[in-house]
Amino acid sequence: MSRHTLSVLVENKPGVLARVAQLFSRRGFNIDSLAVGETEHPEVSRITIVVNADQSPLEQVTKQLNKLVNVLKIVELEAGTSVQRELLLVKVRADRAARSQVLETVSLFRARVVDVAPDTLTIEATGTADKLDALLRDLEPYGIKEMVQSGMVAIGRGSRSITGPVLRTAAAA
Amino acid sequence: MTRPTPETLAHRAAAAAGTPGGARVDTSAGKARTVVDESMTGAAALVRSLEALGVEVVFGIPGGAILPAYDPLFDSSVRHILVRHEQGAGHAATGYAQATGRVGVCMATSGPGATNLVTPIADAYMDSVGIVAITGQVPRGAIGTDAFQEADIAGITVPITKHNYLVQSGDELPRILAEAFHLAGTGRPGPVLVDIPKDVLQGAARFSWPPTLDLPGYRPTLHPHGKQIREAARLMVTARRPVLYVGGGVLKAGASAALRQLAELTGIPVLTTLMARGAFPDSHPQHLGMPGMHGTVSAVYALQKSDLIIALGARFDDRVTGKLDSFAPNAAVIHADIDPAEIGKNRAADVPIVGDARFVIEELVTAVAGEHAAGHRADLTEWWRTLNELLDRYPLGWEEPPDGTLAPQYVIKRIGEIAGPSALYVAGVGQHQMWASQFVSYENPCTWLNSGGLGTMGYAVPAAMGAKVGQPDKTVWAIDGDGCFQMTNQELATCALENIPIKVAVINNGNLGMVRQWQTLFYNERYSNTDLGTHKHRVPDFVKLAEALGCIGLRCENAGDVDKTIEAAMAIDDAPVVVDFVVGKDAMVWPMVAAGTSNDEIMFARGMRPAFEEDEL
Repeated sequence: MSRHTLSVLVENKPGVLARVAQLFSRRGFNIDSLAVGETEHPEVSRITIVVNADQSPLEQVTKQLNKLVNVLKIVELEAGTSVQRELLLVKVRADRAARSQVLETVSLFRARVVDVAPDTLTIEATGTADKLDALLRDLEPYGIKEMVQSGMVAIGRGSRSITGPVLRTAAAA
Repeated sequence: MTRPTPETLAHRAAAAAGTPGGARVDTSAGKARTVVDESMTGAAALVRSLEALGVEVVFGIPGGAILPAYDPLFDSSVRHILVRHEQGAGHAATGYAQATGRVGVCMATSGPGATNLVTPIADAYMDSVGIVAITGQVPRGAIGTDAFQEADIAGITVPITKHNYLVQSGDELPRILAEAFHLAGTGRPGPVLVDIPKDVLQGAARFSWPPTLDLPGYRPTLHPHGKQIREAARLMVTARRPVLYVGGGVLKAGASAALRQLAELTGIPVLTTLMARGAFPDSHPQHLGMPGMHGTVSAVYALQKSDLIIALGARFDDRVTGKLDSFAPNAAVIHADIDPAEIGKNRAADVPIVGDARFVIEELVTAVAGEHAAGHRADLTEWWRTLNELLDRYPLGWEEPPDGTLAPQYVIKRIGEIAGPSALYVAGVGQHQMWASQFVSYENPCTWLNSGGLGTMGYAVPAAMGAKVGQPDKTVWAIDGDGCFQMTNQELATCALENIPIKVAVINNGNLGMVRQWQTLFYNERYSNTDLGTHKHRVPDFVKLAEALGCIGLRCENAGDVDKTIEAAMAIDDAPVVVDFVVGKDAMVWPMVAAGTSNDEIMFARGMRPAFEEDEL
């Protein structure tokens, strides 16, 4: 099994996310991460799905996804040829004694402090899953009071666009 | 957004003209005049859309939420057939669709009306039958409040529909209905559900026709790739033990004539699956019969020993392959299907072909003819010598029951012989279904209807009703079991009152026969909960039941009376007829590949494995 990142372009209509998510569970896949949002074209949404799967079942689930009437296009983004990012917000215990060390970690990881309380700092970080895991490992000793993570979003490197062709087809018709 | 109107309409016009493409929706483009922005209620827009789509009949039951639709329907040219249970409406729509190649329509109210459609929708999904289910929903403002008769039917049916809709405004109704019919009838056909809130039906709508379809994500591939066709043809003329494995997709594409041409051109043996019986004439010398769990020895052997499987509109279902690991170990696979997701799903394909079966087969004919012209042609003499020997040695048959009871197989065989190949045969699920597939000789496409994928007991009576509505001039025999019949026989009241004179043969062995067969074979003859008492107590009395439902009831209990009973039933064409054929309970379906075992383990009869010549199996 290996991790795969799928970018799924869908019509921005009610219930589409549920159809996509349901299909994965129905065909026996666990979704590791899922993120959804509008694209540059408001009638098209983009769902980024990370799954752990072997190549052949992944191909089957991709074909099944393509059968959903609201799905416009599916592209698998390889880690090497795409930029992949997650967002992390974490509330860390940081009293006067620990504060400077926590701030050092924050700057090492090019993260930012977005909220300050007398005994905690709330830190925002973006990056690959690996980078965020490393940050969390470093912050753990101080005491993590709360954290929240987004699903991964990804975009291909280079000038080509995966939404371009879909939208051109749409515009032409 | 994509507005695929011109292409779509051309596609639909082509469908109406009978060209392939899977589009068997008779949208009767010519019939519907152009309408611009006419004001009416949502309910009127619904009914006007159905009329414009050329819908001939709707099977349904009214209720609170769908009630507004029934008012304009009262004056419509669309015939509404009032069924007795929504499940009946769903299977009737399926039977209608399978018998005619057109999209079937069923209608129900919200909540329990809609959930009663779940079984027939799942059934149509598994067998790729194009139906449109229209359901009422509670008013938009009440959705999500657990209102009276509220059920999230769109949510419930996501996994069992090709697509579904929850209509948000009356203005969308014409477009959504046109899309629903287009989706149901084209590509790989399937059920589409349209859920309409009551206030949308009651509220104002602007009706324009024809609507512009908005399906940017729906583009079925109809024409196969030329390179794949050439590669397939090359394999077909070099294989020594090839076999044409024909599935229901061939019937849906209207490709029977093309298939016959391909088979005769190549001389390759043909197998028709349970969903494809009738796609190739049973009487044809190249036909080996049905493969699978209860297939013929020759068909199962041909698949197992083949060096090339040419799968046309078939999906390598577990009932055909048996244990997948040992299925046809030496065969290369050409897999043609209109649904790319079927290719490589269960068995890897060496030559994948995505396309409509009729286009695929027609192009294969041309490509193979080209190979022949170039002098490439395999010698199949040895292959046919082996297969013919098996056909001779292991024909389908049965042993007369030692207790002197009536053999169910004999009854079914005689119905087939007396009603002939132009009649339609509709089976339920179980032993009688397998015997009806085995012992009726199918010569014509779309004359055999059954619930293959889902295995829905109770399918036969309502599906036969729908088939008879679609093909009123044909004799329609439902061949049912006493278990199945007790699930949906209420639709006989519908048949009696709506003048739908079907004929029902209840193959009454007093038991849930197929389950009993498994108890005999795999559970030490411990018959837990399979005796229905229809023999012991004659409850219900099927003759009296038929009469109570406005039908003619006949009974036959011995072989000597079989022909004259069938002939008596055939002579009645102004009322539905039910014949209670009281048959022995111990008859079993053979041959059999037990579930989960290899096709190599096929048993010809209890305790009898066929002896294959070289015994390579």
